[in-house]
Parts: sequence; C-alpha cells; structure tokens
Amino acid sequence: MVLGAVVIAAAVGGLMFAAQRSREGALTHQQGMRLVLWAGGVVPTVVLLTLLIATLPAMRPIAVKPDDLRVTVTGEQFWWRVRYQPAGQAAIDDSNELRVPVGRNVELLLEAGDVLHSFWVPGLAGKLDMVPGRTNKLVVHATRAGRFRGQCAEFCGLSHALMAFDVVAMEPAAFDAWLAARRTPAPVGGDGARLFAANGCGGCHTVAGVSEAAIGPNLTHLGSRASLGAGMQRRTHANLVRFIKQAPTVKPGARMPAYPQLTNEDAATIARWLEQSK
Amino acid sequence: MKNETPHGPERRGVRHRLRQLRVTLWTLIVPPSVWAVHFLFCYLWVAVSCAKLGAFPRFTVAFVIGTLVAEAIILASGWIAWVQTRTPGDPAPHDQGTDIDRLRFLAVSTLLLAGLSFVAVIFTAVPALMLTDCR
Repeated sequence: MVLGAVVIAAAVGGLMFAAQRSREGALTHQQGMRLVLWAGGVVPTVVLLTLLIATLPAMRPIAVKPDDLRVTVTGEQFWWRVRYQPAGQAAIDDSNELRVPVGRNVELLLEAGDVLHSFWVPGLAGKLDMVPGRTNKLVVHATRAGRFRGQCAEFCGLSHALMAFDVVAMEPAAFDAWLAARRTPAPVGGDGARLFAANGCGGCHTVAGVSEAAIGPNLTHLGSRASLGAGMQRRTHANLVRFIKQAPTVKPGARMPAYPQLTNEDAATIARWLEQSK
Repeated sequence: MKNETPHGPERRGVRHRLRQLRVTLWTLIVPPSVWAVHFLFCYLWVAVSCAKLGAFPRFTVAFVIGTLVAEAIILASGWIAWVQTRTPGDPAPHDQGTDIDRLRFLAVSTLLLAGLSFVAVIFTAVPALMLTDCR
C-alpha cells in the first residue's frame, strides 16, 4: 500500500515537473485533452475500482460458530461491564478489562446500560455504538498477543474521556487457564472484607464470596488489572486509596460517593485487600 | 471533420434532431439524478432485504438489472450530449451567447456529469453486491 502511494506520488510529481519544464505548445489541444481524460479519469477510476474489488472481501464480517466464545460488554457511566459466556459453561462476570484468545473468533455483544456509548479498540477492530435496548454484534479476531487500549468513543457524560479499558490478547492455552482460574473465588475475610462490608461497599460492588451487587464495577479480580477507574490511571496503591476516598474528585460524574469519613488507614486496608484478589 | 461523416440518412436524422433540441437544464441533471435514484434504490434494497427477510443479498438479479438500466440511461444521456457537443457550425471557441453555443456548453457539462455518474453507479453497486451482511 505504501509502495503504491509512493509510486503514484512520484508519477504525479514527475508529471508536474515535466509540465513546468516543457515549453508552451509541446502538446496540441487534442493531446492535452487526451492526457486529462486518461491520466485524470480513466486510469484513476480503474485503479480505484481494482482496489475496491480487491479489498471489499476483507471487510466482510467474520462468521462465528455456536461454540465460539461470546462476551457481553455493557457500557455504563463511566465503566464497562464484561460477561464471558463460554459455550456450555456458566458465565463469568468482570469489569473494565477484556481478555481474548489469540487466533480465535470472539463475538462481542455490545449493550448500553444507561446512555449511548461506543466500543472502540483501535488495535482490534473498528468502533461500534452501544445503544440502550439494543445488542450490537462485533466479531474480533486477535492475531497477536498483547495489550490494547479501548476507549469510549461516544460522548456519554462528564467522565466520557476517562472511560477507557484494557484489552489483553492471550495465547489460547493461557487464556483457557486464566478463564478457568476466574471461576475460583477471591480470598475472603480479614479486616479489609470487614471494612468493605461495614462501609456499604458491597451495596454496589461485587466481590465474589463477599457481596453481590451490580451497580458499580465488579471488583473480584481488581488485583490482576493493570489500570484503575476504567483505564483512567495506573493501578498503584496510592491511586486506589485516593479513588476509594475521593471518587467524585478523581472521576467527575461517577456515581460512587466520596468517603471523607474513612480514615487513611481503613482506606489503605480495603485497598490492600482488593489488591490481593487476583 | 472526420467525425461528422454521416453513417446513413437515418442516423444523420437522429443526430440532426438531437441538435435541434431546445436548450434546457433538465437534460443536464438526468445523469446525476439517475445516480441518486440508483443510490436510493441500493439503500432500499439492503434495508428491505435485511428488515423483512433477515438476510442479504436477495433478488441479486433484480439489482443487477436495475443497475444496468441506470447505466443504460446514463450512457444514452451521455451519447446525446456527445452528439450535441459536435454540432457543426462556427469554429471554436464556443463561448458566444447564442443558442448553439449554449447547447454545446450544456452538452459538454452533461457529458462530464454522465461520465462521473457512470463511474459512481459502479462504485455504489460493487460494495452493495460484495458486502453480504446485514450487520
């Protein structure tokens, strides 16, 4: 493609140079008109039509089979609800991170919980709107392992720009092992769990084995994610403590309230407990 | 001129009649209008196929015939314009405010629009035929 662009640019440049240099009357009127017709009309049309026909098959959607992995991704203000639905197995819930196996087709069922969002992972596929009440389907096929950044691409409120997520493409065997590991609940108990319950965190967040609520992101595997607050910042201890205490400041418009009454030590205890759950 | 050699009395008659047509803007917009109608036709075809039948493409033969009809109208319009541009008479440049120069000018414009519309109809039809999915 680059080569073709270079050749065309060189040809046009050469033509311009020759036109500048040639003396007046080098071409008759008829020859000039013929040059315009062929170089300006016929050749570009044929080249573009050839490119169109050659590339259109690549734009056809990938076909999915019934036993391919399906993942429902729901856009929420301002985070992502992720539900893995492997064929014939129970669904696994997660948030703000999407993992896909390399070399396999994955069908994403895109929904919206509140307002319009748009699912966009430039490294993986084109963007597709998430519309409340509808399920849009996008089939992705990762060709290499790696981490890709996703971003909400439809304005959805104050923290729209902070509504991102990570996509991790894993080798198929590693992905299967990872998905199986997701079925085992996170460690339960300790001061962190007690504080988590005492401060009502479980009223919105699910941590497997501790609480079941679906208002905010599922925090069961927070300790394995690279980012925090839907891809908005790196997951460091300090950032997590700050998010727990001052969510509305860190993420304007988010539904999570601030917890100024929480001591720094208690917030740190909850943070450490969440970081352990991988 | 070489191109003005009549091919027969009948053919000369058709060309002669074409050159006697009144100068009007209506013939100018025939090719782009056909392009627009064909474009609408493509959208309707895909929308109706997907919404009513749940699959696409259906009635491919009808679509191809519709496209060929559109191209035929554009070609005919282009041919008429081409004949009109070659109306014999005074030598170039044809930039006078006379009926015959106005006809030549509109004919050249129509010819260019016909060329554009012809290509555009192909570029609209090819993706409609090759992208076979409702998503």
